[in-house]
Amino acid sequence: MTRLIADVAVLGGGLIGSWTAYFLARRGKRVVLIEKGVVGAQSSGTNFGNLRLQGRFPGQYPLSLRAQDLWERLEDLIGDSCEFDATGHLYCAFDEAERDKIDHYAEVSESYGIRIEHLDRAQLKRRFPWLGRKVIAATYSARDATANPRLVTPAVARVAKSLGVTVVEHCAVREVRKSGDTFHVDTDTDLQVECGHVVNAAGAWALEFAERFGETAPLFPAGPPQFVTEPFPYFITPSVQTVDGSVIARQIPRGNVILAGYPRTAADPILNRAPVPPVKTLAAMECLAEVVPALRSCHVIRVWSGIEGYLPDMLPVIGQSETTPGLIHAFGFCGHGFQIGPGVGLCLSEIIVDGHTETPLSPFAIGRFQQEIEVSDKFKREFDAVRKTP
Amino acid sequence: MSNVVVVGGGPAGIRAACMLAAHRLRPVLLDEARNVGGQGYRAPSPGLRLDMDALMGGEAAKYHALQAAFASIRDQIEYRPGTLVWAIEGKTLHVATDEGSSTVSFDALILATGAMDRIMPLPGWTLPGVFALGGAQVSLKDQGCFIGRRVAFCGSSPLLNLAALQYRKLGADVVAVCDTTPLGAKVRAAPQLAAAPRTMMRGISYLTSLMRAGTPMLHGVTLLRIEGKSRVEAIIVRDCRGRERRFACDAVALGYGLKPEAQLAELAGAEMRFDATSRLWLPKIDADGRAGRSLYLAGDSVVIGGADAAEASGELAARAVLSDLGIVHARSVARGLRRRVFRLRRFQRALARAFVWPANRVKDLSDDVALCRCENVSVGEIRRAMDQALGPIEVNRVKAITRCGMGRCQGRVCGPALQELVASHAGIPIEAAGRLRVQAPVKPIPLSVARTLAE
Repeated sequence: MTRLIADVAVLGGGLIGSWTAYFLARRGKRVVLIEKGVVGAQSSGTNFGNLRLQGRFPGQYPLSLRAQDLWERLEDLIGDSCEFDATGHLYCAFDEAERDKIDHYAEVSESYGIRIEHLDRAQLKRRFPWLGRKVIAATYSARDATANPRLVTPAVARVAKSLGVTVVEHCAVREVRKSGDTFHVDTDTDLQVECGHVVNAAGAWALEFAERFGETAPLFPAGPPQFVTEPFPYFITPSVQTVDGSVIARQIPRGNVILAGYPRTAADPILNRAPVPPVKTLAAMECLAEVVPALRSCHVIRVWSGIEGYLPDMLPVIGQSETTPGLIHAFGFCGHGFQIGPGVGLCLSEIIVDGHTETPLSPFAIGRFQQEIEVSDKFKREFDAVRKTP
Repeated sequence: MSNVVVVGGGPAGIRAACMLAAHRLRPVLLDEARNVGGQGYRAPSPGLRLDMDALMGGEAAKYHALQAAFASIRDQIEYRPGTLVWAIEGKTLHVATDEGSSTVSFDALILATGAMDRIMPLPGWTLPGVFALGGAQVSLKDQGCFIGRRVAFCGSSPLLNLAALQYRKLGADVVAVCDTTPLGAKVRAAPQLAAAPRTMMRGISYLTSLMRAGTPMLHGVTLLRIEGKSRVEAIIVRDCRGRERRFACDAVALGYGLKPEAQLAELAGAEMRFDATSRLWLPKIDADGRAGRSLYLAGDSVVIGGADAAEASGELAARAVLSDLGIVHARSVARGLRRRVFRLRRFQRALARAFVWPANRVKDLSDDVALCRCENVSVGEIRRAMDQALGPIEVNRVKAITRCGMGRCQGRVCGPALQELVASHAGIPIEAAGRLRVQAPVKPIPLSVARTLAE
């Protein structure tokens, strides 16, 4: 039996858990990061890699901007840029209704100080001549960026480790209980942890830890169909997204085009499977060829997905448990956790060390599911195989 | 009537289709190639005059018999050449052709998808002019082209001498045949190889024909490097006496035997098991080729057995389909086929001792050698990624961190060497290093195939 006494146990070695461990270590806390597999291998490592500011939930902008500031300093923070690239983001509309939508998103973004350019067809033709004619208007945000998700989480965890965090891989948490002020974390290895705080950052696997403490959320696992093409000369500099969600694409400087699209597909966290139905791959290929016609003859070489946790209002759970002092949840990022990841880690470290954070997190409280919640339009549109929701 | 689909138009697929056609099942035969025959019995492209009798030598009769067998069932099957099966979902195949993507459903599926070369990298192996050994033969049979005028045949494979001889017969200059397995190992394997005396004698005749022609035949060599500025100019080897030798050439054919093309089998749900003899992960089958419900595997796509085993196992798999569909066929024939397939595949396992996969070479590779040619990932990059804190020690994680195996070929070329490198560098058994998981598309498909679907 290996018994560790720590200040904080972080459950889940994804992006959120790794950043939380990193910031806690920088504040001098003793942290154990426990991962059932290897760090950064689930949705943290398989997502599209968008650091998108446009079109986010309005209440998330303070967190999101804080996170972007961290991303922009990534190399200073962890000594590795992980292919961070301020590519800009082009949000595309196919018709007038969609144009109204992106203009509305832009108003929100601008109210938080983000500079948005509104481009009509003629301007698009000049700036991005490779765009298909189907795109009638777009908004462009230069501060939006991308990074390589396969590299980021392992890199953050590595630095956290060098700062003193005990990183334990291939170790599944079996039991978490609290007696007095102390949490006891039992695992399927000989590791046992006693600590004052527990961070539940177990992604699509997080619900069981919340439910142990009498809290729940209608979390379900799903993943987007994604693919990558063979490399060819670099010409698509910004990441390109259509407002209907059919195309989210970017080209990396080495030449490959990466695509994620909707609708998402239900995934199986028990068997660890995130299927990509071939028909979705074909549909996404066709959509991409319409948005960037020059890609028509290029080859798709690989598809993949990941297991992400989704909630019906398309907002994550971030914040303190409402039943158990010392327990903090951060899960259910609904496919947009990559951009806010470092911000969430920073906020959680502040909650644990300072008792509070300046960044407003109330929209993300787990208690919101005690009432009837409004099912997001996005949620209705972006899934085809959805488990029963409350 | 049951819908039986055969994938692959080589000896296994054709014999399976023949057996099904004979029982009036009108099978669908999907073949990625434009002409049937697979790799070994490939018919030349129309309009190309090739002396197939000279090219096929002692195998010419089998070549003609197989092509004739196909011709005789041509109107009793639904034959679809130029058709790539790129994904499998339940009982539906997703296929891509020049016309676009469509689906083919099946009640029973026989996969006879063949094999490809196994490659161990060496310095210079990505230079233009280096071909896989099988690629060198395909270029000759399909297009009537040599890979070069002065060709070195290198590696260790029963096909090494055969390909060299084919090149010689058609007028290429074979500068050397460099086999990395010592002659002693072949002699030691001889008692087991004698189980198939005809095949063994054929192998020996290839060797003696080449020697008579004065081709330098080296055994037990170490391939040191391929040199050239912008393309192949020479191969440098260390011979069995330790002397360094240089053979000027403009092309190198490189191969270490074959590895099953088992991607579709895995997508279709076959269980993959580690095989210690070949050091590869192979689909699990029963004695008739059943790999799961409605799934049958035949030929070299399961385990390397050669063309004769492919023909027999194709018919055997088709007979298993018949049995499972409750269709009467001669069971005594099936028993004979089962024995024959077993014997031929056992013979191939003995061959693996006479033509050795150089697993140990991987640890001697210098850091600057490219392991993954699609993504240009070097041996050193992989070692460094593994050495860092929290570094990966499993091939799929190594792929995620380094991109090795992420490119056009999806690890079909670099996969075996990657497994060896990860195992040797981590100091773990190769089966613990895992295997690259397969994902659709099993081969690249252009965006334009999707367009046609919607029209």
